[in-house]
Amino acid sequence: MNAQHEEPVTMDQDYNFAYLDEQTKRMIRRAILKGLAIPGYQVPFASREMPMPYGWGTGGVQVSAAVMTRDDKFKVIDQGADDTTNAVSIRSFFQRVAGVATTTRTADATIVQTRHRIPEQDLVEGQILVYQVPIPEPLRFLEPRESETRKMHSLEEYGLMHVKLYEDISRHGHIATAYSYPVKVEGRYVMDPSPIPKFDNPKLGDCAAIQLFGAGREQRIYALPPYTNAVSLDFEDHPFEASKADHPCGLCDAQNSYLDEVIIDDAGGRMFVCSDTDFCTMRQADGHKGKDAA
Amino acid sequence: MSNDALLSVRGVAKHYGAHIGCSDVSFDLFPGEVMGIVGESGSGKSTLLNCMAGHLAPDAGEVVFDTRTDGPRDTLQMSEPERRMLSRTDWAFVHQHARDGLRMGVSAGGNVGERLMAVGARNYADIRSTAIDWLDRVEINESRIDDRPTTFSGGMQQRLQIARNLVTGPRLVFMDEPTGGLDVSVQARLLDMIRSLVRDMGLSAIIVTHDLAVVRLLADRLMVMKSGHVVEAGLTDQVLDDPQHAYTQLLVSSILQV
Amino acid sequence: MYVAVKGGEQAIENAHTWLAEERRGDVTVPELSVAQIREQMALAVNRVMAEGSLFDPDLAALAIKQSRGDLIEAIFLIRAYRTTLPRFGVSAPIDTETMACDRRISATFKDVPGGQILGPTFDYTHRLIDFKLAADGEVDAVPERPADHTTMPRVADFLNREGLIEEAPQVDTEPRDLTREPLEMPADRALRLQALARADEGFTLSLAYSTQRGYARNHAFVGELRIGTVDVQMDIPELGFAIDIGEITVTECESVNQFTGSKTEPPQFTRGYGLVFGQTERKAISMALVDRAMRWEELGEDNVGAPVQDAEFVLYHADNIQATGFLEHIKLPHYVDFQSELELVRKLRRDVHRAQSQEAAE
Repeated sequence: MNAQHEEPVTMDQDYNFAYLDEQTKRMIRRAILKGLAIPGYQVPFASREMPMPYGWGTGGVQVSAAVMTRDDKFKVIDQGADDTTNAVSIRSFFQRVAGVATTTRTADATIVQTRHRIPEQDLVEGQILVYQVPIPEPLRFLEPRESETRKMHSLEEYGLMHVKLYEDISRHGHIATAYSYPVKVEGRYVMDPSPIPKFDNPKLGDCAAIQLFGAGREQRIYALPPYTNAVSLDFEDHPFEASKADHPCGLCDAQNSYLDEVIIDDAGGRMFVCSDTDFCTMRQADGHKGKDAA
Repeated sequence: MSNDALLSVRGVAKHYGAHIGCSDVSFDLFPGEVMGIVGESGSGKSTLLNCMAGHLAPDAGEVVFDTRTDGPRDTLQMSEPERRMLSRTDWAFVHQHARDGLRMGVSAGGNVGERLMAVGARNYADIRSTAIDWLDRVEINESRIDDRPTTFSGGMQQRLQIARNLVTGPRLVFMDEPTGGLDVSVQARLLDMIRSLVRDMGLSAIIVTHDLAVVRLLADRLMVMKSGHVVEAGLTDQVLDDPQHAYTQLLVSSILQV
Repeated sequence: MYVAVKGGEQAIENAHTWLAEERRGDVTVPELSVAQIREQMALAVNRVMAEGSLFDPDLAALAIKQSRGDLIEAIFLIRAYRTTLPRFGVSAPIDTETMACDRRISATFKDVPGGQILGPTFDYTHRLIDFKLAADGEVDAVPERPADHTTMPRVADFLNREGLIEEAPQVDTEPRDLTREPLEMPADRALRLQALARADEGFTLSLAYSTQRGYARNHAFVGELRIGTVDVQMDIPELGFAIDIGEITVTECESVNQFTGSKTEPPQFTRGYGLVFGQTERKAISMALVDRAMRWEELGEDNVGAPVQDAEFVLYHADNIQATGFLEHIKLPHYVDFQSELELVRKLRRDVHRAQSQEAAE
């Protein structure tokens, strides 16, 4: 699908390549390098105003702009899908200001910018996964003050994080965090993986690709270099569980992919389909067929 | 530092502009010993306590603590991570107002469990059973474990704060007017409980209070402070029964008149 | 049959076309020109320049046209454009003492050297809808007098001569640049003022108002408010000296506030400061009050827990571009997260039901 994106588009000559000027890109690259050097640590950076609103992926867009080269093949997903409105908008932005080739195929992309999902297909060395992050601070809803949370990170004071999990279990019997589930990186920094469902958490650790996280409004960049250890917080007797809807995909019959629940009629009828549209499309092309497929 | 002292305070001074907070305070505290610091408000006793506990930076002096791993060390020279580690393991601080020492939005069990989790406890069932055990020791019914402290009486909040502090088995407890603001009957029960905990656990403690009844019950030794200076020090019974300094005499006589 | 959220591209394109049509409105009504907006909507233009942090009246007017009069949207356009501009250098600080004033008032003195100049103000207009304006906007000629280019002394300096007001704190270190470095706490006064200069007018106004109503009250007088044009000078390394590169309009407000004195300082007046692009006096006065309130710590005042005393709270929430973006992003699809919550709530409910039916069985 979307084969028309496979060809590079002519770039808008009114803007520098990838919109940002070279000085700004250098500044962002320095922040990225620092982030890679200290996995999970939130590096402050002088986020710029971008031509899309804060909260709509400005952090991810700046990170993508800073790492992008003319030879890159760019993929954007939102909720796992290439054709959700904001993904379309960001993809067309880079087509316009960088003239870069785009793709919907995870395997073909060199840079994947994402909001709320990690692709189902394993990423490989040489790929970069760029996350859009709304609130980079995993401690934020326990402690609203930035000056205090930075101190808690620097002193490795994470007891409060487990108090939150303890409270969940004592009240609900389970850890009641379904997304933005915090991880501890290389035994040091506690990191917010952005609002991906916890189903995706196991893919964060030991990933072959570079993972970069950009929070524009909050002016933070952080990173996981390839093959970094990232462990979801839990208790020994209440271990982390990567859960999903207990169904196969209605279209491609995948058993282990993250599913969207779609209401299909007024009578409350529903079906479950892969959230990762590329993954689902590829499986269908390979002849897999779910019970709801046409 | 004197041999075997757990805490050795030397020449601690703190000034607020021209005003003296506390001046040239020195003493030793030995394992299992309870030191009372008394004085009226403004005498510098709370300033001294906060300087020793690392909440305030004194202008001069040393606060040497006999650490488990490295032996005697001046806590004022420690890095902040080291000092914070100390204050969530070997040290404890009981605030006058329980709400300063508790997380009011977190359940009683979570409040007690926090220090355990801060030092690495990761087994929910163990944390919970330790919390239940500690609630029992401070006479809070196990059924309240999932309730927030906001639903507790003042005395219960204070007992919960003590449980939260003692759960990691600290060796030194700082207490700032632990019975202040409580009803007399509640005070008596709390004092009784503190006394047995201190004895059972062999704790060392420094208790700041304006209430001579508190030190008479709890403290082995006593320091009397006035205008930032220690004016008299000695064994509790000795000082209270035969006060030497005029100010101490006044304090003792005023309590006796009541 | 399930239809994925396909066709996003086409939907976006259609939305844009429709938006353009709505922006233009009824085509039988003549189109607004940028010059008309610049000249006749000047205060809107000023606000967009101030909060957009870019002094360019034509560009601001264009942004207002493009945004259909939504000023926050216009500010956003300016900010995004600003990002693409290369920085050639840094100007010398402007000297407001040399301002050619259109307006200059002091509330603390009946008269001051240089005079009170009322200027073009709404202050003493009766707020009556002028129906005549609907028909024609003809105006009478304004009496003029030749400009005198003498410097206009600052009112605060008169107080300073007697030592009745604190010295304006002098800082020699280069101020940090909010647009080039991330905002980090604690923020010094220079950084706070930068943030306030581009802060949302409504937010700043409300915070200032809260101080007047007693949330960190620091009774303020408008020591001086001046509006006018100042020269902008820049050092040109090739020339070896500074030259005028242009002229901008700014509004400057210096508030005079009570201060009871501290252990080290005798009682004296203190200052709050506001400086904003264009004629934007509501914003400049608000800024001065908020600036003053945030100085509680250096002046040894009590923190009474008022919102305005919390610099971290104020600075992290004052920028309307950040605020509106994050607020509005909840319109974006969140169905993946919602799905994971859905699964969790179902699971928790199952547990509760199971426990209940077990209880009932017993």
